[in-house]
Amino acid sequence: MSFSAVNILGTMPEIYLTFFGCILLILETMVPKEKRSWLAYFTIIALVFAMLASIGLNGKGLPLYSGLYIIDPFSNFFKITIYAAGIITVLLSLPYLEQEDIHFGEYYAFLLFAIVGMMVMVSSGDLITLFLGIELMSLCFYVLVGLKREDTRSVEAAFKYFLLGAFSSAIFLFGISFLYGASGTETISGLANFINNPGALKPMVIGGMILTLVGFTFKVSAVPFHMWTPDVYEGAPTVVTGFMAAAAKIAAFGVFLRVFWVAFSGNRHDWDLLIILISILSMAVGNLVAILQTNLKRMLAYSSIGHAGYALMGLLLPNRESLFALLFYAFTYVFMTLGAFGVILMMRKKGVEGEEISDFTGLHKSHPVAAFAMLIFMFSLAGIPPFGGFLAKFYIFFAVIHAGYTWLAVLGVLFAAIGAYYYIKIVMAMYMKDPQENVVFHSTPMGRLALLVTAGTTMLLGIYPAPFVTYIKSSLALFVP
Amino acid sequence: MVPLSWYVTLSSTLFLIGLVGVLVRRNIVIVLLCVEIMLNAVNINFVAFSKYQHVIDAQIFVFFVITVAAAEVAVGLGIIIALFRLRETINIDEFNILKL
Repeated sequence: MSFSAVNILGTMPEIYLTFFGCILLILETMVPKEKRSWLAYFTIIALVFAMLASIGLNGKGLPLYSGLYIIDPFSNFFKITIYAAGIITVLLSLPYLEQEDIHFGEYYAFLLFAIVGMMVMVSSGDLITLFLGIELMSLCFYVLVGLKREDTRSVEAAFKYFLLGAFSSAIFLFGISFLYGASGTETISGLANFINNPGALKPMVIGGMILTLVGFTFKVSAVPFHMWTPDVYEGAPTVVTGFMAAAAKIAAFGVFLRVFWVAFSGNRHDWDLLIILISILSMAVGNLVAILQTNLKRMLAYSSIGHAGYALMGLLLPNRESLFALLFYAFTYVFMTLGAFGVILMMRKKGVEGEEISDFTGLHKSHPVAAFAMLIFMFSLAGIPPFGGFLAKFYIFFAVIHAGYTWLAVLGVLFAAIGAYYYIKIVMAMYMKDPQENVVFHSTPMGRLALLVTAGTTMLLGIYPAPFVTYIKSSLALFVP
Repeated sequence: MVPLSWYVTLSSTLFLIGLVGVLVRRNIVIVLLCVEIMLNAVNINFVAFSKYQHVIDAQIFVFFVITVAAAEVAVGLGIIIALFRLRETINIDEFNILKL
């Protein structure tokens, strides 16, 4: 094995962020309490640096560290989207953390380490790196979810997330061990070679594949492994929920896609039925149970389960069209979800968060701008034109029809129609009723900037998607060593 | 030489014990230990396969698994202590503030 500087250069973004994360941990002890906002600016600078480094690597496709790590346009796309989500999260978190009295320096360090974990996930070329990435991300999130140490809901959510996360990674590892036992290799490309011709070891491969599928389903919160999502989304501090719903989900999708399309593409007909089943169940549970919710964070959790179902349909046929549809979906999803959680976390009611749907009644009268932003996100999540969410669903359904599953696309449209009901219910409450609760919309310049960016991108993705489409089309390459 | 199937049977049994333990036991410390049993079942599997495949990759994986398991326990016990301070109980059934 030879070692060259290319390896270091290729992983420069990850190295930057890890370095800045460590610096943040040191700075945290030196910066006085009232100047903690400097740490937020520092985090944004770190993310911008990493983003520049990633943009410098655009268009390259090469294996690093003898295939353990892969740099390709696909992973770069995910990384840049994740940085964007990270920057928006930091912009949103400054006033929120002060109000909730959880403004610790560690928050920013953990945020950066979680981002490093996601980056490792999306560009892993080997199941070892994949596992380490998932664990790095999850361990940071366990801590972030329980950041409100005095609040029982938050700690309870952290505990549930931790227990189910550890449980699912054990199942995932058990699956990997069988895949390794059959093939004798852990690289994704090596597995692909073996799976094309498994011989008598096929049952072992199938068993391993199903167990890894369980692990991935847990991470993307698809039914039947979705039970943690509503609890964790409700209990966690809202900034963390937003970041988790947006970035962690698409990172999990990225790695899901890479493993299933590269390693398991040879036995596609063994898993497509499972994916269809999971997708239908996710859409059904996500959209139907969301109707009953009164807590907005919980409702958005179910909505994210439903969205996982739509996105999973795109995994069915490995081709360029599905890949484009999935990347577009991921990109749109990040902005609309972060924006929706951003509006929720700025609503305050007598010193606590206004996260009940009833808090939003008549918002149009008291805070028209906030109501309009929420309207954009809700319509986009529901898939109503002319917002980004509509185009994202449109591309996915088209890819599914071209893959030959017209009935599945029809089912998806039906569930989307059911889903539109509860999104529009919120819009109706905001615009057609009179205010009841005395809610305050607590915004700062940074928070307004974050909302402007997310709402603007969601609008642009629907009205003028050409630049985004060109960019995503340039990242449609999965590198297989 | 012990046949491979024995190792796989052992690890599968351990894994099932852990799995059932997580689902059935109500004491959070025991549940945490059951997750550890599951991870160690995976380790046995890896080492056995690595020996029979004559490739050393999986033994490296085992080191990572052990490290990650240790990190996970550190975080997990921290969360459990925070939870115990607030609720004064270690019975999983009583952590029911967040409901479906």
